[in-house]
Amino acid sequence: MEKVGAVLVIGGGIGGIQASMDLANSGYKVYIVESTTSIGGVMSQLDKTFPTNDCSICILAPKLVAAGRHENINILINASVERVEGEAGNFTAHIKQKSLFLDQKKCTGCGLCARVCPVEAIDIFNEGLSTRSAISVKFPQAVPLVYSIDKDKCIGCGVCEGRCEANAIDYTLEDKIITINVGAIILAVGFDEFDPTPLKSYGYGKFFNVVTSTQFERILSASGPFSGTIIRPSDGLIPRKIAFLQCIGSRDRHIGIEYCSSVCCMYTTKEAVIAKEHMELVQPTIFSMDIRACGKDFDKYIERAKDEYGIRYIRSRISFIKEVSDTKDLILQYETENGKIIEESFNLVVLSVGAKPHHSALELARTLNIKLNEFGFCKTDPFFSIQTSRKGIYVCGMFSEPKDIPETVIEASAAAGTVNVLLSDVRNTLVREKELPEELDISNEPPRIGVFICHCGINIGGVVNVPEVVEYAATLPDVVYAERNLYTCSADTQVNIKEKIKEYNINRVVVASCTPRTHESLFQATIREAGLNKYLFDLANIRDQCSWVHMHEPEAATEKAEDLVRISVAKVRNLIPLEEQKVKVTHKGIIIGGGVAGMTAALNLAEQGYEVYLVEKNNRLGGYSNNIFSSLESDDVQIFIKELIEKTDNHKLINVFLDAQITSISGYIGNFTTNIIYSKEKIQTSFNHGIIIVATGAKEYQPEDNEFLFGQDDRIIIQSKLENILFTDEKKLKNIRSMVMIQCVGSRNEEHPYCSRICCSEAIKNALKTKELNPDINIIILFRDIRTYGFKEKYYNLARDKGIIFLRFNEDKPPEVKVINESLNVLLSRSDIGELKFNTDLVVLSTGIIAPKENSDLAKILKVPLNEDNFFLEAHVKLRPSDFATDGVFLCGTARGTANIKESIAQAISAASRAVTILSKDMLKTEGITSYIDEKKCIG
Amino acid sequence: MDYEPKILGFLCNWCSYAGADLAGVSRIQYAPNLRVIRVMCSGRIDPIFILEGFLKGIDGIMVLGCHLGDCHYINGNYEAEIKIGVLNKLLKLIGFSERLILDWVSASEGNRFAQVVNEFTEKIRDLGPSPIKDKKYKINITDELNVIKSALSDIRLRVFIGRKRSIITEGNVYGEVISEEEFDKILDQAIYDEYIRNKILLKIKNKSKSVPEISKEIRVEPNRVLEHIICLKSRGLVDFDKIIDIYPKFISIKEE
Repeated sequence: MEKVGAVLVIGGGIGGIQASMDLANSGYKVYIVESTTSIGGVMSQLDKTFPTNDCSICILAPKLVAAGRHENINILINASVERVEGEAGNFTAHIKQKSLFLDQKKCTGCGLCARVCPVEAIDIFNEGLSTRSAISVKFPQAVPLVYSIDKDKCIGCGVCEGRCEANAIDYTLEDKIITINVGAIILAVGFDEFDPTPLKSYGYGKFFNVVTSTQFERILSASGPFSGTIIRPSDGLIPRKIAFLQCIGSRDRHIGIEYCSSVCCMYTTKEAVIAKEHMELVQPTIFSMDIRACGKDFDKYIERAKDEYGIRYIRSRISFIKEVSDTKDLILQYETENGKIIEESFNLVVLSVGAKPHHSALELARTLNIKLNEFGFCKTDPFFSIQTSRKGIYVCGMFSEPKDIPETVIEASAAAGTVNVLLSDVRNTLVREKELPEELDISNEPPRIGVFICHCGINIGGVVNVPEVVEYAATLPDVVYAERNLYTCSADTQVNIKEKIKEYNINRVVVASCTPRTHESLFQATIREAGLNKYLFDLANIRDQCSWVHMHEPEAATEKAEDLVRISVAKVRNLIPLEEQKVKVTHKGIIIGGGVAGMTAALNLAEQGYEVYLVEKNNRLGGYSNNIFSSLESDDVQIFIKELIEKTDNHKLINVFLDAQITSISGYIGNFTTNIIYSKEKIQTSFNHGIIIVATGAKEYQPEDNEFLFGQDDRIIIQSKLENILFTDEKKLKNIRSMVMIQCVGSRNEEHPYCSRICCSEAIKNALKTKELNPDINIIILFRDIRTYGFKEKYYNLARDKGIIFLRFNEDKPPEVKVINESLNVLLSRSDIGELKFNTDLVVLSTGIIAPKENSDLAKILKVPLNEDNFFLEAHVKLRPSDFATDGVFLCGTARGTANIKESIAQAISAASRAVTILSKDMLKTEGITSYIDEKKCIG
Repeated sequence: MDYEPKILGFLCNWCSYAGADLAGVSRIQYAPNLRVIRVMCSGRIDPIFILEGFLKGIDGIMVLGCHLGDCHYINGNYEAEIKIGVLNKLLKLIGFSERLILDWVSASEGNRFAQVVNEFTEKIRDLGPSPIKDKKYKINITDELNVIKSALSDIRLRVFIGRKRSIITEGNVYGEVISEEEFDKILDQAIYDEYIRNKILLKIKNKSKSVPEISKEIRVEPNRVLEHIICLKSRGLVDFDKIIDIYPKFISIKEE
């Protein structure tokens, strides 16, 4: 069977886009099949993202544009997979693309059609808070930016066709089936929001002022229906008191949804913070059972929400909502910390809805012959979260389990990384690079400038007097040609521009149209195709920053447009051709750290044929996972690690250096040189490589002497010690009748103000194992929040079903361990139930994970930053979780932050995938615009 | 005070106007209140003309065309029926619909012409003078008529009016025929919505108001008012003016 160097990515959300970009940049042809009319997914609906409060669309839009413009990415919108045949390496997929009733190639996205359409339909993008036309674009920054007709709503009046100046509308277009040949498939279909309508007690759909969190996201959004003013639906007033109810459609066994949706605690806090930022008078209250802030820097965000923004958190699950009939305010009943039941009135209630399997999940599973898990999500391998039950088909993001954006992006790259291994023999077989003519030598020519001014339908032409601007442009110095176009960006205008460049010997080009952020590279590509250096170009933004913002002052707008054109003309007169340097890439990588993450990354690269130097500071591979015996889901970690070490040791392209230390790293992306000292004999060596992956891991926190009497009594142990006993020395439990586990030891405190993410699961895992060995042992777990995110919630429930007792303690009143007359006691004080004393045989401290001090040394050598907790800091916490800001350097595993084995593995393959976007190239192009030092002026 | 209704008639050249002439030739006597404007076809009558008439103080307006099926231009009178039908629905909302009739008079119906004129004149006489002439109601009724006028000037209702006949008879751009009932369901909602929206625009023309204030003035549920405001905002006709405490105030930015 012949392998095919192309990949089908189903779903164009942030996961699908990331996987596609990685693959397209690693030498594969990519098809994105997107069910709606634009890529972008749920992220495009969000106002801001946690924990950085970045504007969601602002960080997403450039990715959408890059994917939309990529030579080797073909986006099929309004499409779904009908049928798939074949096997890993060679699938044939039949894609059904529903008619847009419009020619995608002709539509310029100007929007005139929507303005004349008489039909009003519910705008799904705005979650029903506004209306749209029957012909519409999904959202203003949509990629591709094309309108489409919603045939179910369209009455067929034909007005849009008459209005469309690009002649794009064609009512006769029919659905079509497209058959493509691909080597692998990546599922990135995302999730569905839980619909709270059936939960009658919350009154959603009945009470105007009960909205879902996604609706609230649109209410907050500056591009949403209310322009970011927080308004409640019943009367258009600003809700002073807003209540957020957590776990709607999550952690609720009554409605058959047992799992935790993982993201709601954080997005709710973000929504509360942003609401407060938008309007000081808003007072948000969050009602939740636990606060699950178990990602990197999440707890700090919660603390800031409490301290800086005054967000109130109340631990309570609200079971019903009452509406006050005249004011439409809402009454909630809850129990205070002192056990008192009170009623409180709110102006708006936001239901923090959870994630459900995507509505296409069942059908997709049938079409692709893959398995779903007990919760209806895509079933995955116990250690490889991107591996579905079928070879050649991989998954990322919410389709396999609820998770946040960075984890989705990590898995997306990891899925791409896994495809890399499968298809490495056929890399670069289906991609194409544009053949370009030789660049014209213009060095001895005086400037001859061509100016192209865009009407943009009526977007510019309706305000700015374009003919006048053209006339004016023609009078400017060195302008030899000026013309106007209905749409300068349209395909036929590109041909026209090239012809005019030839005809008039134009050697500098100015386009006056929209923003360079989206269109500069298009025009640069055009003039390059005409033989001009792409830097001999400038774009005057006379739409976004002129006609659109001075709609009622046409004369002033025209004058401004003329100025903007003059500025651009003046600039291009001084431009010279710039050269993009090309540098060779050394097709080798170094991986720092030989734990699970490091080995996984090394194998991924080696299996694609890239030589790897794996540098480990200890005398054996495996890192911290050598201490782990089982996962929460009872998968045998030791067997897995053993195999991984064996494979790593035996791979001929992996060079393992033990007892190794890095002394220096120099060079730049594609061409690094590293010096190390390794082995007991302190041998020095150095090697050249193109990329670096940091996988140095983290450490278990060791309690200080006085902390819970640790070290003073051997009946007080840490969780990893208990695990060791449970799996290797269970006789030791013989005399144990009871044990008390204390959570958050060395986590979420002043010294380590973050959650270690894994300790809740570890405690529950060990508690369940203990019960399995001896059901008579009484176990009490003292905790602050139980953070069994995602499907781990099942084991929390299981533990409670098995009689394990969970008791919450307050941060300011931690439990005390006391030895009184040889007997071991744990004391707990709580305002609602008073003082409790547990006599116990064993105290188990759930200690957290901390970043090793040595991180700062390596950070200095690599010139990369650390966060406040000494973990390595990625380039962008949301969208570049596996990259450092320094090009060519990547990170994964617990070096980045706390993570479990499965997560570390995904991160490792992700980092490898990111690295392969470089290693797979023979040459790297550098940006033409570079700075240099004018030595005459430099004063040093 | 004695009241003689002022009646305005739009008569089509080919049937009704000829019918009126026939009444003359036959010396059939009828009420002297009618003033006639001859048009080539009843389908030419833009509802705006009728509203202009009412705004100028006309007490009753008749649009007379050929009988259905007899139109000189084949289906102009069907178009008239649609146009006047939509106008009538809007006039009903302000209690003005009885002052307008659309009827058919052929070139051979001199008698019928006189009868239609007489009956309508009597009806308008019974109704009394147009409230626009009463100082007490003048501003209010002028506003209401202007609201309808702007609703009918806007492209949305005009598209519905302009395309209805072909869509319910010949079929739409996809070659599908939509039943009149189904079409009217969409159209009636649009008529009501556009009426309310234009009313809101008028209320916040010079002074910004909050949703509850508008709701009280136009007696529409506040949640519906908000929905209309959001729609008008997306059309670039309304904007936030200011926020006072918890009250966002909206203002019309529609160019007159």
